[in-house]
Amino acid sequence: MLDILRRIVLWGGLALLCLLPMLAEALGEGFYITMMNRVLILALAAMSLNLILGYGGMVSFGHAAYLGIGAYTVGILAYHSDAWFGTESAFIALPAAMLVAAILALAIGAISLRTSGVYFIMITLAFAQMVYFFFVSQQEYGGMDGMQMWSRSDAGPIDLSDNASFYYVVLGLLLVLLYAKYRLVRSRFGLVLRGIRENERRMKALGFPTYRYKLVAFVISGAVAGLAGAMMANLSEFVSPSLLHWTRSGEMMVMVILGGMGTIAGPILGALAFLVLEDVLSEITQHWMIVLGPLLILIVLVARRGLYGLLDPKGEPK
Amino acid sequence: MTLLLFVEQVLNGLQLGVMLFLMAAGMTLVFGIMGLINLAHGSLYMIGAYVAATVQQATGSFLVGLLVALPVAALVGMAVEMIALRRLYPRDHLDQVLATFGLILFFNELVKIVWGPQAYFMAMPDMLSGSVDIIPGIPYPAYRLAIVATGLAVAILLYLLITRTRIGMLIRAGATNREMVNALGVNVDRLYTIVFGLGAALAALAGIMAGPILALEVGMGESILILTFVVVVIGGIGSVRGAFVAALLVGIADTFGRVLLPPAIAEMTIYILMAAILVWRPQGLFPAHA
Amino acid sequence: MTPILSISGLAKRFGGVTATDSLSLDILPGEIHAIIGPNGAGKTTLIGQLSGEIAPDAGTIRFKDADITRLPVHRRALRGLARSFQITSVLRGFTACENVMLAVQAHAGHSFRFWQPAATQAALRDPALAMLARVGLAGRADVPAADLAHGEQRQLEIAMALAGRPDLLLLDEPMAGMGPEESARMTGLLAGLKASHSILLVEHDMDAVFRLADRITVLVYGRAIATGTPDAIRADAAVRQAYLGGEA
Repeated sequence: MLDILRRIVLWGGLALLCLLPMLAEALGEGFYITMMNRVLILALAAMSLNLILGYGGMVSFGHAAYLGIGAYTVGILAYHSDAWFGTESAFIALPAAMLVAAILALAIGAISLRTSGVYFIMITLAFAQMVYFFFVSQQEYGGMDGMQMWSRSDAGPIDLSDNASFYYVVLGLLLVLLYAKYRLVRSRFGLVLRGIRENERRMKALGFPTYRYKLVAFVISGAVAGLAGAMMANLSEFVSPSLLHWTRSGEMMVMVILGGMGTIAGPILGALAFLVLEDVLSEITQHWMIVLGPLLILIVLVARRGLYGLLDPKGEPK
Repeated sequence: MTLLLFVEQVLNGLQLGVMLFLMAAGMTLVFGIMGLINLAHGSLYMIGAYVAATVQQATGSFLVGLLVALPVAALVGMAVEMIALRRLYPRDHLDQVLATFGLILFFNELVKIVWGPQAYFMAMPDMLSGSVDIIPGIPYPAYRLAIVATGLAVAILLYLLITRTRIGMLIRAGATNREMVNALGVNVDRLYTIVFGLGAALAALAGIMAGPILALEVGMGESILILTFVVVVIGGIGSVRGAFVAALLVGIADTFGRVLLPPAIAEMTIYILMAAILVWRPQGLFPAHA
Repeated sequence: MTPILSISGLAKRFGGVTATDSLSLDILPGEIHAIIGPNGAGKTTLIGQLSGEIAPDAGTIRFKDADITRLPVHRRALRGLARSFQITSVLRGFTACENVMLAVQAHAGHSFRFWQPAATQAALRDPALAMLARVGLAGRADVPAADLAHGEQRQLEIAMALAGRPDLLLLDEPMAGMGPEESARMTGLLAGLKASHSILLVEHDMDAVFRLADRITVLVYGRAIATGTPDAIRADAAVRQAYLGGEA
């Protein structure tokens, strides 16, 4: 019964996602496309975090760093579009954002993964702060105020400045990467990663150099977050240190938990629920955080398995 | 660097260091004993400062503000512990991070509702508003010296409390072996609440002392919270001694970094310091559970 | 016969406590060598040092004629030194078969393979099923490890240890917490491994130890006070004094 319900929700949701721009157009509510663009990009970011948090058991509290550096990569390349290395082409800027984020994740991961537990949480947070302050002090790129981009990236035949086209690009990226993640967590690599989450000591004793596997997962996760950041920069045509703020990292974690940790569809549900909650609560009161805060505590205390858990009470991580 | 500048910077570094120590001591104790990572520790710092500022405005006395704000913050801390945090002790760190993140959102918004979003300023106590010659002919603000003195005094008191008293014995026992405290037939719930209240009061003290130097604003707790994390991690989680050494180290490094290094790197000094120390000792300088 | 594992001058102190005290010990190929001793004798610390989780203060550990004293845990495992844990340490969220598959996978080259589903790969699944059959869990392959009975989880541990085709098994109290029936089954299982593996067995169940072991070393306060055949150990005055006490 629940299995059928789950299928309906998942496939129905997917169909709805595909048709959304047309529906929004028909209803004359173009606003929904922008809103859903944000949802999908944050879902991408949450999904990247879910790979290490949900499947790898690495509680990274600094994921905003990769989101932010991805966004800044796009922004800075566009800012220097007159120089030899500058570009507004999406085909260069997006991979570059992923690459830069991956390199950052490699450096931060290499040090942070030497530790575990609370140390790891605090260190990833501290490193993200370091990146935050780095960009705050970059006066050329607007410092604290951030910088405006002239336009969205140039994706050749696809016109990213059209919100509906942009939406389909993001949706396409999200679905492709979701499928990739679906494959990854079932592969040999994914099996090792999940094994490490369950019992790292055991995995070492079996002969796995666990540090290396965690680091690779960490880097993949950082690269995908960088891509999300690049799309975020394109969506708002604006990059600023606020993308790197530590509360962003917290929000991403909330989305993962809200949706259901270690599930494929969870991060999308989580991102959607978070933004809808924000939207609804802020309609009621400008002080909506005063509701969200305790709500979060409540979710942690009683509904640990997230929204996806409601659809799948057996509790097998999918 | 002239001697004058050097001495001044050492004092500035000490001042930041003792503030960080007040924050870190509570956080590291709470973690060491209850196994709780409390992001909302910075909120108690903020609450201390706001309450003290309000009382000071009403009464005109910094001291009264201080004396009211400390117990208020301790009580708020204890109430939060009893209502919510207590349930989180057996949970994993992820749950604790999320729930205390929720607490931060709550307290920040609460302060915004009660005091408004604009920054708030706190006057220095008159007695300490002048300056003192540290070396003949070299003046230094008396208030900042008072902070250093207070911080060091509290550090000594805390040391005596932990090494010489019964409750200190329990705290030490709790930090190394939780079951033992249980076995001693102590009311563990009450011990936890007291430790939490103590940590809250220390955080509030730091916030109150910082009040006249920094502006009071929503989110002030988080900037110091993250520095506190750095201190706790460098010192070794659970170790008060480590927190003291690391707090002074971070205070001095940050202060000198700002004087000696270009701005882009200066902001990152302490994070680089932390990374370097962790590469060398992944469990911090004084690992408590080793 | 050249020993497969040779420990010499091994020492480890924790603060003021000496857990291992200039310990020297040889394990011969094909033997079951039991380590017994009262609580606090340093048995678990010894296992920790042999498996690589604890770094000794002094001394060397040689395994198959190579010095492994400083090798990390996973390298020792890959060289053929497998272990089981005192507290059952299976991956509870995985099925029995997946647990063993992971053990097979650890020895099948690197696992940086990101695309093909692992669960259906015959190269992993077939040896895993064979190993489960060998320890008597043939029908339980697809049961989540958390749902196995305690004794079955311990059998699963052995299967995971065997899956890497190790030369030496370090078994840390494999019968801990078992009832007599389960113990008997485990004793039978270990006796069957004797022909193909060397085993270092730490165990409190004296019946099992004296039935299985070719040689026994008695550890007291980190020091080996006697090594010999079960009969010799039974007869050893120092051992009776220090350990077996009034029992014998």
